[in-house]
Amino acid sequence: MTALLEIRKLEAAYGRVVALKGIDLDVKAGEIVTLIGANGAGKSTLMMTIFGYPRARAGTIRFDGRDITAMPAHEIAKLHIAQSPEGRRIFSRMTVFENLQMGASISDPQHFDDNIARIFALFPRLKERINQRGGTLSGGEQQMLAIGRALMSRPRLLLLDEPSLGLAPLLAKQIFKAIRTLNEQDGLAVFLVEQNAFHALKLAHRGYVMVNGAITLSGSGEDLLKRPEVRAAYLEGGH
Amino acid sequence: MEYFVQQLINGVTLGSIYGLIALGYTMVYGIIGMINFAHGDIFMVGAFLALIAFVVLTSLGITAIPLALLLVLLIAMALTALYGWAVERVAYRPLRHSFRLAPLISAIGMSIVLQNFVQVAQGARVKPLPPLIEGGITLLDNGTFRVELSYVQILIVVTTVALMAVFTWLITRTRLGRDMRACEQDMRMTSLLGVNVDRTISLTFVFGAALAAVAGIMYLLYYGVVDFYMGFVAGVKAFTAAVLGGIGSLPGAMLGGLLIGLIETFWSAYFSIEYKDVAAFSILVIVLIFLPTGILGRPEVEKV
Ligand SMILES: Nc1ncnc2c1ncn2[C@@H]1O[C@H](COP(=O)(O)OP(=O)(O)OP(=O)(O)O)[C@@H](O)[C@H]1O
Ligand SMILES: [Mg+2]
Repeated sequence: MTALLEIRKLEAAYGRVVALKGIDLDVKAGEIVTLIGANGAGKSTLMMTIFGYPRARAGTIRFDGRDITAMPAHEIAKLHIAQSPEGRRIFSRMTVFENLQMGASISDPQHFDDNIARIFALFPRLKERINQRGGTLSGGEQQMLAIGRALMSRPRLLLLDEPSLGLAPLLAKQIFKAIRTLNEQDGLAVFLVEQNAFHALKLAHRGYVMVNGAITLSGSGEDLLKRPEVRAAYLEGGH
Repeated sequence: MEYFVQQLINGVTLGSIYGLIALGYTMVYGIIGMINFAHGDIFMVGAFLALIAFVVLTSLGITAIPLALLLVLLIAMALTALYGWAVERVAYRPLRHSFRLAPLISAIGMSIVLQNFVQVAQGARVKPLPPLIEGGITLLDNGTFRVELSYVQILIVVTTVALMAVFTWLITRTRLGRDMRACEQDMRMTSLLGVNVDRTISLTFVFGAALAAVAGIMYLLYYGVVDFYMGFVAGVKAFTAAVLGGIGSLPGAMLGGLLIGLIETFWSAYFSIEYKDVAAFSILVIVLIFLPTGILGRPEVEKV
């Protein structure tokens, strides 16, 4: 079976700064895949290159067998790939409700009520804040909103860039639990970038390690957790 | 007293026209952060298209005023919207990712193109339109001075209020309006959610131009003349109005338009007509010193 997301020999650059140097990576249907790596390794770039920001210089990106390497971002979104990007990027002058409406741009309006109910079940806090402006939410609430907004499109593949960043441990745990629930109940495929390598590798079926724009290691989550080079670089000093 | 009331009526009428033009400046600025310097000329094109439409309709024998007016409104709005769309497509979109000044220079170029095109095509002389809607209501009469509210003035103010209401609804309540606001805040994120950003920007120009066309028709009905240069003067005033009200804010554009219209009218009535623009711009400067984002501009209080 071919993977849901299939990345081959992908290269991308910002001007003359090459950020991705020939990436091969797969996310299969129903899988949680995590990507770990140091600051500046190119993780966020990979997430954004899937949507063409920046455009791939070489290589291919396929989704569900279809070449999306050169597709406009909004067309890619219509294939039900959703992203909660680095820095959350919620619409700060819009209410929580409007942010979720934006997330539902590509989904059938008939399912709007169902979708929003699902998200409120996952993050009850958002329901309490429904008419509050995004910019006035706390950092954790903004993170929930960014994930909720991505889920409003009923994605087949969810890209999460550091969803636990800046969250209290308890809240981070909640978010990881939510990811697992979505994966187990709905079979949602998740591609997760995380600083918190320990939690990410425990949660994921498979993982990749990125160093300086290239994948240096890959394997099952448990495998990677045991690898001395992973432990030394990303796990020492606790979780 | 009577004189004052008359000036108030005149000021509000003029202000409504400025406000309608200012809406286009503010919408475009809101979405792409750029002053569309060609917008005043779009207004001028709208007025010319209306004049041509009136002449054509008259020659076709359509002379019933309400019907002719409605048709002119539709024709001028549609064609002017097309101009607005084309300006964005030709002059701004290719430069969207280049350095900040490039689209500004392109805008000034576009403004010159439109002015000269109309000058060559229509001639440099002022073109008149015989008054279509005559008469009005006498509100006050003290024997020496009569306060007149003309039907044209009523039409202008009522149309403006109605359009303002429709646009507020569009921006705050509809999907398209929400997409526009999202583009204003974060274009890239908006596209990640499946919204066609280019299309949303195009529609913003289309709506702004359609509003400018309405302003052009109102101007034509009110003053009865058009010329190729009118867009520059009115454009600068409307731009000032948008900045005064707080650029990016729709109610701000309307308020700014009204204020500029009132200042100009009262200054001409009580002081000197030569200095009316000086007065309007001085007030702009004073307001901006104390309220740098304009009267209704949003203070930036955002977490990032
Ligand atoms: N817009 C940009 N323009 C130029 N260079 C950039 C840009 N964005 C990222 N880079 C560079 O590309 C490289 C990869 O950055 P990226 O944001 O993908 O790293 P990351 O792995 O997500 O890091 P972090 O863990 O800190 O989020 C870095 O060297 C960074 O400086
Ligand atoms: Mg990153």
